[in-house]
Amino acid sequence: MGRLSRATWLYIGAVVAAAVFAVAHGPFTGIEWSRVAVLAVLFLICESTPTALLPSRLAWSPGYAATLASVVLVGPAGAAIVGFVSALSLRRVPLIQQRVFNGAMYALSAYAAGRVFLALGGTVGIPARDSFSELIGPFAGAAAAHIVTNYGMVTVVLRLTSGGESGQGLLNLRLSLPDLGYAAFGLLIAALWSVVGPFAPILVLIPLFVARWAIAQFADQQRAYEATLRVLCQAVETKDFYTRGHSERVSKGSVMIARAIGMRPERVEAIRFAGMLHDVGKLGVPTKVLQKTGKLTEEEYAAIQLHPLRGLEIIQEIGFLDEALAGIMHHHERIDGCGYPMGLAGDEIPEFARVLSVADAFDCMTSTRSYRGARSVADAVAELRRCSGSQFDPAFVDALVAAVERDGWQSPDAPVPPPGERIEAATHDHDDPAAPLRVMGTR
Amino acid sequence: MSVSQSQSRLMTSGVRARPRRPARSGPRLLTAAAGLLVVVALVQTVLTGVSAVRWAVVFAALIALGELLRLNLPGDREAAPIGTACALAYALLIRVGPVAARHSALQVVAVAGVAMIVGALPHVAAGRPARLVSMASRLLAVAGAAWVIRPLAGSVAVVRHWGMALAVMAALLAAAWLVNVVIEAVARAAALRTRLRVTFTDELRVQGLLGVAVGASAALIVFAAEAMGLAAVAVFIAPLLVTQVAFRRYAGIRATYLQTVRALARVTEIGGYVEPGHADRVSRLAVAAGRELGLPERALLELQYAALIHDIGQLSLPDPIPGGGTVRSCPEDQRRIAELGAEVIEQAKVLDSVAEIVRRQSDPYLGRPGADAGPPPLSSRIIRAANAFDDLAGSSPGPARAAAVVGQLRLDSGAGYDPDVVEALGRVIARRTPPGRA
Repeated sequence: MGRLSRATWLYIGAVVAAAVFAVAHGPFTGIEWSRVAVLAVLFLICESTPTALLPSRLAWSPGYAATLASVVLVGPAGAAIVGFVSALSLRRVPLIQQRVFNGAMYALSAYAAGRVFLALGGTVGIPARDSFSELIGPFAGAAAAHIVTNYGMVTVVLRLTSGGESGQGLLNLRLSLPDLGYAAFGLLIAALWSVVGPFAPILVLIPLFVARWAIAQFADQQRAYEATLRVLCQAVETKDFYTRGHSERVSKGSVMIARAIGMRPERVEAIRFAGMLHDVGKLGVPTKVLQKTGKLTEEEYAAIQLHPLRGLEIIQEIGFLDEALAGIMHHHERIDGCGYPMGLAGDEIPEFARVLSVADAFDCMTSTRSYRGARSVADAVAELRRCSGSQFDPAFVDALVAAVERDGWQSPDAPVPPPGERIEAATHDHDDPAAPLRVMGTR
Repeated sequence: MSVSQSQSRLMTSGVRARPRRPARSGPRLLTAAAGLLVVVALVQTVLTGVSAVRWAVVFAALIALGELLRLNLPGDREAAPIGTACALAYALLIRVGPVAARHSALQVVAVAGVAMIVGALPHVAAGRPARLVSMASRLLAVAGAAWVIRPLAGSVAVVRHWGMALAVMAALLAAAWLVNVVIEAVARAAALRTRLRVTFTDELRVQGLLGVAVGASAALIVFAAEAMGLAAVAVFIAPLLVTQVAFRRYAGIRATYLQTVRALARVTEIGGYVEPGHADRVSRLAVAAGRELGLPERALLELQYAALIHDIGQLSLPDPIPGGGTVRSCPEDQRRIAELGAEVIEQAKVLDSVAEIVRRQSDPYLGRPGADAGPPPLSSRIIRAANAFDDLAGSSPGPARAAAVVGQLRLDSGAGYDPDVVEALGRVIARRTPPGRA
């Protein structure tokens, strides 16, 4: 939200006006202010806990528990006041208008939830003992209303500020299932209030905050893990000066293909790792063979053909999806059955391997090698098309071409050898479809 | 063979050993005591009749479910947060709806014990370890809480003020949690032959926050049963379920991470830079020696990582050095490999302390003469000695050979091996290759 357009200003103004109007409209009868204060503090604590470090599939939104408990305990107007507190969040929010908008948005959606709660026959105040079952229906309606209005308003503001990017709204709505779960904790808080008063939210939220601690640890470890995988890839690339960055780019290309053909997110994640590690087995091939000038002997060619299996040996114990392992093992198979190490053909080749092989060849061709300059993207596409059906799966070639046309492809800069260091220059690259490995005694 | 006999033999072979402590009898005694307690409680409960059968069945079902949903924690531990919370809640139960709870402490033990065993059976059937010690420790913590509160339950039910009830409950839950932590720490100290103080702080670090969540949930369930009756009890497990899911993912990624570091270690072996199995042997030896020297778990994990990938620097060399980066190669080469390895590891940005351990692994224990960096970290000194031992002794040395190599390292102490580390290594190796088996 850097510089805001006029439409955005109007929108923010409208939301704030609506929120103020709603709160002014009441009803205020029977609101116990001390309870509002406790709930507001609670909501502020929830809202001040940073969420940015979370992996997307573990949402953390305990704020809903606080606002929805307020809906039951202090009614729509009280809940709206609790929601306003979001504007005071200790989280780093750069702009004052963003704070005001957040506060007004929470207030308005809490108010809407409160109205729905009343309309469905809920009664405001500390629930009587044994009234748990009667509360569930109205509360579920309130929770749904809260989440939907909240996401609706956020989606609109994101559209306005990001210049009409589509897809953003859908992305947000996918996250709303865990939110519904957190919202349900609001009911637990309200129901317990009759027994332990303001300790109810504390007791409910302690396990959630401990969970958040564990999630933060998880995120730390996840980062460390990915960094270590990257070290593993770089270890491979130290062996060959010209292939630096190759693993990362193959990983990127494979993900582009995977997204284009609509793979599930877990599988996209797995193929990202498979791309990063696809050549790890090259470490088991002597440097002399990798960088040899001229034709290879039978044994040297055999050593190169073994590298996918060596790779498998290195990483098979890492808890990946099995598909990623299969992809690494077979990424040099060809559709016509002339590849290695197993000579599989067509559909026998695992899907991951067919994806990897396209991305692998494409990056090799668009990179500079010691024996040739980088080819243009158009040339590389033409070469992929030429080999489509014999070496590559046509569907994935099409997917890559379409993705590259849409998003572009960042070819690496030609590597500049550091002065004073003698670079062993290879005259071939096992990934290059236009310059196949030459073995003595053939052709 | 008697203790004194084994000791004298070790002395003659040049390795000073501590008398072997009875490592396993403590935990075994504990498990037996817990088992006996459950049997007595069961007999007594059956004889006097079960009070409030329906509640007992509901709680038993939840405890069994919790035991089934056990949670792996870092460092080969297991916890059953949901089961523990439900068992503690059953021990502390004041009333369900308007009806006061009158079950005895022994009934709590009987219900919790039987439910835990039932919940553990599927684990045993699936070939996983039963983890009797950890179960016993949980049960004893619950029994302790029940023993204090059950006789008073009638009068607690009279206390109308929730603040009072909450304070009593918090104190009891904290005490139960402490009992659990102490028992686990004692068992671990015995099993790993390390100091109680170290295992206790490790245990606090790993179980601390989870214990708080379990305690809060137990209190939650007690109050929920009072406010909303028995049906609500299951609902109030939900917050703890979120905690459990988060911890499970945490433990999962930690395991994957360790596997990745192992993969990095294998890279040097498959690349032909070091002998197969070297990294694994060095890391096991180093961790055992580190434990002997009283390192806490966090430091041990770093030591394990560093030991696994201590040779990674060789990858930056165009081709393997003849003879590898062993203790026999010249000090300049060793230092260069250590430096290159640290550079590789530093790329990960999150393993800086591991990188530092690897960097200093070839330094003599008082620091390199002329360098102002001071003595290397203890973990570096441990890896230096463990690596030298493995290089000199080979993959499976007999006891005589192992003792001779330790003796050689001891003589070389002046040349750069930390004498304390060499002694610790000697004790570990003496235990590993008992002279009786030679």
